Amino acid sequence: MSEITPDVVTHLASLARIALTDEEIQSLTGELGAIVDSVAKVSEVATPDVPATSHPIPLVNVYRDDVPGVTLTTEQALAGAPEHDGSRFQVSAILGEEQ
Amino acid sequence: MSAATPSEIIRLSAADLAAKLGAGEVSSVEATQAHLDRIAAVDGDVHAFLHVSADALATAARIDELRAAERSGKGGGAPLGPLAGVPVAIKDVLCTFDMPSTAGSKILEGWVPPYDATPVARLRAAGLVPLGKTNMDEFAMGSSTEHSAYGPTRNPWDLTRIPGGSGGGSAAAVAAFEAPLALGSDTGGSIRQPAAVTGSVGVKPTYGGVSRYGAIALASSLDQVGPVTRTVLDAGLLHDVIGGHDPRDSTSLTDAWPSFAEAARVGARAESLKGLRVGVIKELDSPGFQAGVSQRFHETLQLLEVNGAEIVEVSAPHFEYAVAAYYVILPAEASSNLAKFDSVRFGLRVNPPGGGTVEEVMAATREAGFGAEVKRRIILGTYALSAGYYDAYYGSAQKVRTLIQRDFAAAFEKADVLVSPSAPTTAFEFGAKLADPLAMYLNDVTTIPANLAGVPGMGLPIGLAPEDGLPVGFQIMAPAREDARLYSLGGTLERLLEEAWGHPLLSQAPQLG
Repeated sequence: MSEITPDVVTHLASLARIALTDEEIQSLTGELGAIVDSVAKVSEVATPDVPATSHPIPLVNVYRDDVPGVTLTTEQALAGAPEHDGSRFQVSAILGEEQ
Repeated sequence: MSAATPSEIIRLSAADLAAKLGAGEVSSVEATQAHLDRIAAVDGDVHAFLHVSADALATAARIDELRAAERSGKGGGAPLGPLAGVPVAIKDVLCTFDMPSTAGSKILEGWVPPYDATPVARLRAAGLVPLGKTNMDEFAMGSSTEHSAYGPTRNPWDLTRIPGGSGGGSAAAVAAFEAPLALGSDTGGSIRQPAAVTGSVGVKPTYGGVSRYGAIALASSLDQVGPVTRTVLDAGLLHDVIGGHDPRDSTSLTDAWPSFAEAARVGARAESLKGLRVGVIKELDSPGFQAGVSQRFHETLQLLEVNGAEIVEVSAPHFEYAVAAYYVILPAEASSNLAKFDSVRFGLRVNPPGGGTVEEVMAATREAGFGAEVKRRIILGTYALSAGYYDAYYGSAQKVRTLIQRDFAAAFEKADVLVSPSAPTTAFEFGAKLADPLAMYLNDVTTIPANLAGVPGMGLPIGLAPEDGLPVGFQIMAPAREDARLYSLGGTLERLLEEAWGHPLLSQAPQLG
């Protein structure tokens, strides 16, 4: 009953920013189909009168005083970065050539 | 003048070791050295640790100095805490400013965070000695540690079998006497199931009872940090150190918690269980569970009954939907949480051949850095959250969550605590479920409901299954905020069992080394 096809997996992988190989797309298509079929049973009992729970122990309006605290230094924040210029994270081109 | 040999030291409970440290019979340096030597001797086989701290002995020496100063009346600072000088292992999902924190993933290989997770900071403030970081399924996705990017941990009871997961490293470290205490994290059973299959004790606190700040998030509405130990009292002592409100976690509860160590001590002294209503969840007492697991579970119920407890059967009709709901909610939250691994601020960066845009670099990095199970769950979560499917999957799963909470509420009307086997089977062999993700997921059937509802759960050993000689775990669950009930009943049950056996279960484990 699931509609998981290789095209669907390819699309999901692009949304999730994972450059899956063709072999991975093939194996994931079958695995995801089985998992999705199995978890679809959640809809059997999810009738309109049942409210959704997003959090096990809901807390609302968790505030703190707006006072400056200790924060990471620039050096600390950049220490784990793959590439930086001393004050900023560095990445490759954000826009494609056609843009 | 040490009053205990290294081999005796490593077999002490944390409470007993702490008493010897306090009495000056053993120094923290001696205790730490004994555990480092044990790690050197057995961890080649067990592989519980991903990283062993180079600073442990220096930390221990500092605690010894503080203790000497306190004893001579020259101590200027706060008094040493009850676990000061006791070594502790830390699951690699928790950030440590002085050790790599990888969550078992290649994408974070070698990454040293700029800060400590709150539970780690509290350990240090209480004078515990971090020994190192323990192995886990990548980003805590798994029940066997076979999904660690750094190779599996092996079960100290049988090196051909899994130690449970995701926190197999912490459970194995404690069970193999490489550490008296460890920290774990439990999203769907990652503390309780490893405790079950290694014969150790593990507690998932009430959601919000322990700060998640600095715990690398898997599913934020389910994750909870907790203790992994060999005794119920030790779990209470460690819970007392790490628990309590933290303003850095907006889901942290502001409750004033009682001492869980005290609850365990009172429980261990209890003359009887008279008046305690112990609810057996019909749906988690399945004829499909391994025979020896069910046998030990029912023997334990009899033991409780003989000692005064009232055993009542309760039904939780929606628990049969728990695994399905969990495997919608968890991947959905994980796909969002793991978006931060984008090759920009930390961790791996892989440039595609010939270079590429930042998006192509991200995709190449995540392809190279994530393992198969992580990719599977991210893609599944992306599907569950995508337009057109959101209501059918994520929306429905959240409704199931409400139904499961209602089941718990109804069951706790009839019982003070609920019990079940901690896991449907004893430790399985490597590879047994690796090719079938659904079979692996079903291993969490007993532990997942507590995470969905946010209630606390404890797993503790109740014997060995006759057919394979491997440990069986017993799960106790209590209403939210009533963690003390776990320690109280756990303390009583542990004493009753050890009186019957004449020794702790783990003394029967292979010697190793």
